[in-house]
Amino acid sequence: MKQQIIVSGLGGQGALTITRMLAEAAAALDLEVLTSETHGMAQRGGTVISMIKVGPFRGPLIPPGRADVGLFLALKNLAVHRFYLKADAPVFVNSPVPGDFQNIDAQGLARQLGAAVAANLILLGYAAGKQALFCGPELLEQVIRDKTPERFREVNLKAFHLGVAEVR
Amino acid sequence: MESESLKEPKQHRILMGNEAMARGLVEAGVTLAASYPGTPASEILQAVPGFAREAGVALHAEWSVNEKVAYETALANSMCGRRSAVSMKQVGLNVASDPFMRSAYLGVKGGLVVISADDPGPHSSQTEQDSRFFAMFAKIPVLDPSGPREAKSMVGQALRFSEKYEMPVMLRPTTRVCHARQNVPLFRPQSLERLAMFEKNPGRWCATPQYLRELHRLLNQKIEEIAAEEEFFPILTPGDDAFPGACIIASGVALAHTWDLLEEMDLLRRLDLYQVTMPYPLHRDFISHIKSRYQKVLVLEETYPVIELQLALDLVQGRRNKAVPGEGELTPEVIRRVLERFLDLPAAAAVTLPAGEATRPTLCAGCAHRAAFYAIRETFPEGLFPSDIGCYTLGLNLGAVDTCHCMGAGISQAAGFYHAYAAAAAKVPSIVATIGDSTFFHAGVPALINAVFHQARLVLVILDNSTTAMTGHQPTPEVGLTAAAQRGQPVHIADLVRACGVGFLKEADPYDIPGFVSLLKEADGYCRSENGGVAVIIARHPCMLDREARKAQSVLEMCVTEDCTGCRHCLDEFECPALSLDEATYQVVIDGARCIGCGVCVHVCPMGAIKAETKG
Repeated sequence: MKQQIIVSGLGGQGALTITRMLAEAAAALDLEVLTSETHGMAQRGGTVISMIKVGPFRGPLIPPGRADVGLFLALKNLAVHRFYLKADAPVFVNSPVPGDFQNIDAQGLARQLGAAVAANLILLGYAAGKQALFCGPELLEQVIRDKTPERFREVNLKAFHLGVAEVR
Repeated sequence: MESESLKEPKQHRILMGNEAMARGLVEAGVTLAASYPGTPASEILQAVPGFAREAGVALHAEWSVNEKVAYETALANSMCGRRSAVSMKQVGLNVASDPFMRSAYLGVKGGLVVISADDPGPHSSQTEQDSRFFAMFAKIPVLDPSGPREAKSMVGQALRFSEKYEMPVMLRPTTRVCHARQNVPLFRPQSLERLAMFEKNPGRWCATPQYLRELHRLLNQKIEEIAAEEEFFPILTPGDDAFPGACIIASGVALAHTWDLLEEMDLLRRLDLYQVTMPYPLHRDFISHIKSRYQKVLVLEETYPVIELQLALDLVQGRRNKAVPGEGELTPEVIRRVLERFLDLPAAAAVTLPAGEATRPTLCAGCAHRAAFYAIRETFPEGLFPSDIGCYTLGLNLGAVDTCHCMGAGISQAAGFYHAYAAAAAKVPSIVATIGDSTFFHAGVPALINAVFHQARLVLVILDNSTTAMTGHQPTPEVGLTAAAQRGQPVHIADLVRACGVGFLKEADPYDIPGFVSLLKEADGYCRSENGGVAVIIARHPCMLDREARKAQSVLEMCVTEDCTGCRHCLDEFECPALSLDEATYQVVIDGARCIGCGVCVHVCPMGAIKAETKG
């Protein structure tokens, strides 16, 4: 099993949380996993990218054109980070507007949920529901349950379920 | 003693490289870890108290006021025979360079690992400097991990050799190791049960010049001996004969990227690949080994040619002959092109480069630094604004930061600017320096003493948000909480400022922009008065990423009225991320999800079109 995933967003949108959940899911399947994250100044609202490499890799970075799946928390980041993806890779974008990608209005749904910051888990749920990830929604749900601090647990689970449900 | 860590791992856990090193410190029996926060190293010390608590281990973990102090504190623990660690970002080692250099000569007792995290790119630093070069300069051995798992095991290795040779050993991770996550095996922490015992030996611990020649000879001998250690002969992954006479030598994360690329190109195990785990001193026999076997050698390492210079062979391709770019991060795309040229392979189809521009970072909505910078810029349109290192460097977006050099430099530069204009008998502009609370403790105090003593006339605004925000909210001495979340003895910025001899000191909340503007004018007036000097304003407002502070603050209901003319003043001069222009109506709109209701923008709109109401 080998899968390379990019998560692109703006600092504060929760790209790191998605990254951590995917890494924990890989570990739960006894798969090797390496991730890479953006820290520091860019976290103040700047463009950030995380990479998740599942399988027997040694380096944490994905070369251009090699990513199997893309999760975009900001539509405008497509222009910046799409080059990391393979030509036929599924691309999931937090956007109310459709395009040459699979869109879900994660921000709008999160607002309805009363938790604007949970758009990240809605997007993750949507991609998992589409069976695009190395693991299914059941495992990710378990990981979110186990690895989320208590005060965010319920809302994060709700957001994730909302994303999964959008597929059906 | 080592057998504990050789046992089957109890479990695996996903850890960030920095957390993995922290865990490594606890497992290796370290009893004192000190640091000053800085990307990409901050999470190392941050994770130490948690792992210690979890393992039931007693140790002293501290956020020191700066890296020099951290180094000296850890060194003394080591002089008492106990294992010690000091961690920092690469430019932190510049600050700690004085004790670092001398500790090579005087050595250590208990193992001392110096973790200096480099930032090729750079992503979040002032330079791309290579700490391994610094280690070579100091004659201190350095290990170069290729990933989080290896970084953790190298912590134990570094401490073991540090004790064997009684010298500090550096561990040099890079950003891609520090901020990678990997499943990492956990072992039971060693309990070394050593007493703290400082043995007096003035010839060593106070070494005057008469002793140093001998200590230098001993240091040279130690370096020669460690260079012969079997354990540090570079690790060979042999190839077949597809590329006769060629090999690749790599270290750190460059090795990891190269490994993955060779695998992707179906070239792994087609040519000899060496991993150098100790780039300085390079293994004694490695140079002749390479010379006798290969005609064509590629060296890949971050960020300066440390291995390359020690090999000193003309057959080496690398940074010296420009086969490898001399600056910037060695990302997979960069290394791929280097490999293709080295192996005479056709270049892979070029990937279309991104058309879009990355979004630049900005101060958070509700950040009081924005209010302070806006007020400074509005008050002194012709002012000079030296600044410093932290979130507030983003004040450059607001035109209120003209310099950013290194920790504490803003105050000295402000004084230097004053003397430059004053000595040239020119009209002295208003000079307003800004510095964060943590940076002020780090290196601002000596600079302030110097500015006061030499009668510089400047306004210093200390932006006190009660935390070290940029690096993940480490407490400052004023907050009074230690790294282990215990009470310390608080040290107050205002007391320090007074003790530096400053004659004008006021505190204010910059949220009140009109009040802050008049305070700035008053401070400038003091500077220009007959007996004026340095004026200090402490701009006090907590960081809005602090959940408790945010909860304690009242939330205003913000709206934009029809009076908005779309003049863009609030967007361009204030740059709050919650404000944007609706292209259809050409009026400003407020993003309710990002706005925290601080109400500062009410003072900013020239038309008075932004209104605030207290939420019912």
